[in-house]
Amino acid sequence: MSLLYVDNLKVSYGGIEALKGISIRVEKGEIVTLIGANGAGKSTTLRAISGLVPLKEGTITYDGQVISGQTPQKIVSEGIGMVPEGRRVFPNLTVLENLKIGAYLRKDDLQPDLEHVYQLFPRLQERSWQLAGTLSGGEQQMLAVGRALMMRPKLLMMDEPSLGLAPKVIQDIFSIIQRLHEEGITILLVEQNANAALKIADSAYVLETGSLGMHGTGMELLGDERVKEAYLGKTTRT
Amino acid sequence: MWNTVFPYLLSGISVGGQYALIAIGYTMVYGILRLINFAHGDVFMVAGIIMIYISASGMPLYVCIPLVILFTALIGFLIERVAYKPLRSAPRMSVMISAIGVSYTLQNLVLYITGGLNKQYPTIPWISDSVTIGPATTKIVTVVTPFLTIFLVVALVLLINKTKIGMAMRAVSKDFETSQLMGININSVISTTFVIGSFLAGVGSILYFTNYNTVIQTSGAMPGLKAFVAAVFGGIGSIPGAVIGAFIIGIVENIIKGMDVILFKSGVIARPLGLATFSDAFTFALLIIILVVKPTGLFGEKATDKV
Ligand SMILES: Nc1ncnc2c1ncn2[C@@H]1O[C@H](COP(=O)(O)OP(=O)(O)OP(=O)(O)O)[C@@H](O)[C@H]1O
Ligand SMILES: [Mg+2]
Repeated sequence: MSLLYVDNLKVSYGGIEALKGISIRVEKGEIVTLIGANGAGKSTTLRAISGLVPLKEGTITYDGQVISGQTPQKIVSEGIGMVPEGRRVFPNLTVLENLKIGAYLRKDDLQPDLEHVYQLFPRLQERSWQLAGTLSGGEQQMLAVGRALMMRPKLLMMDEPSLGLAPKVIQDIFSIIQRLHEEGITILLVEQNANAALKIADSAYVLETGSLGMHGTGMELLGDERVKEAYLGKTTRT
Repeated sequence: MWNTVFPYLLSGISVGGQYALIAIGYTMVYGILRLINFAHGDVFMVAGIIMIYISASGMPLYVCIPLVILFTALIGFLIERVAYKPLRSAPRMSVMISAIGVSYTLQNLVLYITGGLNKQYPTIPWISDSVTIGPATTKIVTVVTPFLTIFLVVALVLLINKTKIGMAMRAVSKDFETSQLMGININSVISTTFVIGSFLAGVGSILYFTNYNTVIQTSGAMPGLKAFVAAVFGGIGSIPGAVIGAFIIGIVENIIKGMDVILFKSGVIARPLGLATFSDAFTFALLIIILVVKPTGLFGEKATDKV
């Protein structure tokens, strides 16, 4: 049984169909990536899974339960974490508060998780009392990842974590993703940086204006001529 | 000179405290929903009416006072649920119109119940007693108000900065969606905000109407407007801003009310000029000047993206 199964997902914004019936499977322990051009519907897919946008049609099953139609709080509490597009850290909260708010639904001791996040991102520990709004873009991205980890997600969805970052920082983010994967977290990764994403992905989907295009392992897509042409030509976007 | 000014200063500080308790409700609701809650002044008035009817039922005041505050908080909660929550994703202008609708509904309801008569506010023992401080004789409530206000403001600031619900309130005020992704129920956070704002307006109404003695359906309009001005003056969205703004407005307003007497007694003018009439106009002139010089108010944030 797949950890996450998105079946025939349709989403429309005011009559315009952003997703025209896509189906995605994420197996437990995998890194699955979703690539596609701007406006293809990648963020919409993640937002629909999170419960932020209503589904027009389709069902989303997670860990054997239908989660479509549930509130975002319920979905988070089931263990689906999200690193949203554009980081979206709370600028008026300190770094530490941003991490704590990531564990909003938890009532147990947060200390081990804070230490884990600080170990992944030592920079955040140094700056724990700083307001998140004053962090650099890369630091904010680390914080957004750390924040999502605080609720101990089983499935972590990341929406363009490399967006707008320097190549060195992008490398760091990708190695963190692999490390989280090794720790057993299942990852659904949306990336414009298709090259890097496909290299680490067990499975990959190409999204083309609301419909599913190719699907295969990361390596298969990486070697595919059409994918190369469309998405791997110039993959860094700032 | 000081002897002449002091009584006005004292009542200014006191009225300022009462405005502050109302202004916090405006500023908190604005902070979280970017909504000017036009009904807030009327909630304050309704708190006064509730006190009159509850105390008329013969219940002792130590029961009435908590009941009034409780009911006021409940009204704030219900207003949000009924009139604002269904419009969560509607344009801000629609919510504003809904707020105006609630404002008139409350006024009409009170008009219906009271028949438009001035209702006598009950005399609350001790705080209604007279006290003489230096050159001023006033009710004890005048002296108590600023202290109670400061106490409540400190408690509120601690709540917002040190507790989990406070952290959620700060998060929700910046970003609804991401807050939801954290597992925060934004509706309950918004309700909490309304409950706190109305609770403080309830406390404020007891202090204010003890001073003014009567309540009528329009009694919330002026203090509500002044408190709103205070919130804008201080930088709407900012709690310290609203409080400081409220004290400044209360003091300025009262000094102007006493200007004739002050100038006359110090020999600057030979006969009264009737300046007191302009105290409200002056309050608004002050607001305009502040907003020209500092558009975001005293403590306002620069980013006005959501406005
Ligand atoms: N809130 C919204 N209201 C209306 N249309 C929207 C909304 N959000 C997204 N869309 C539209 O839906 C389509 C898919 O958007 P989405 O954000 O999912 O794309 P994306 O693949 O994440 O793109 P990008 O790579 O630029 O982030 C786009 O055409 C977009 O304009
Ligand atoms: Mg996107």
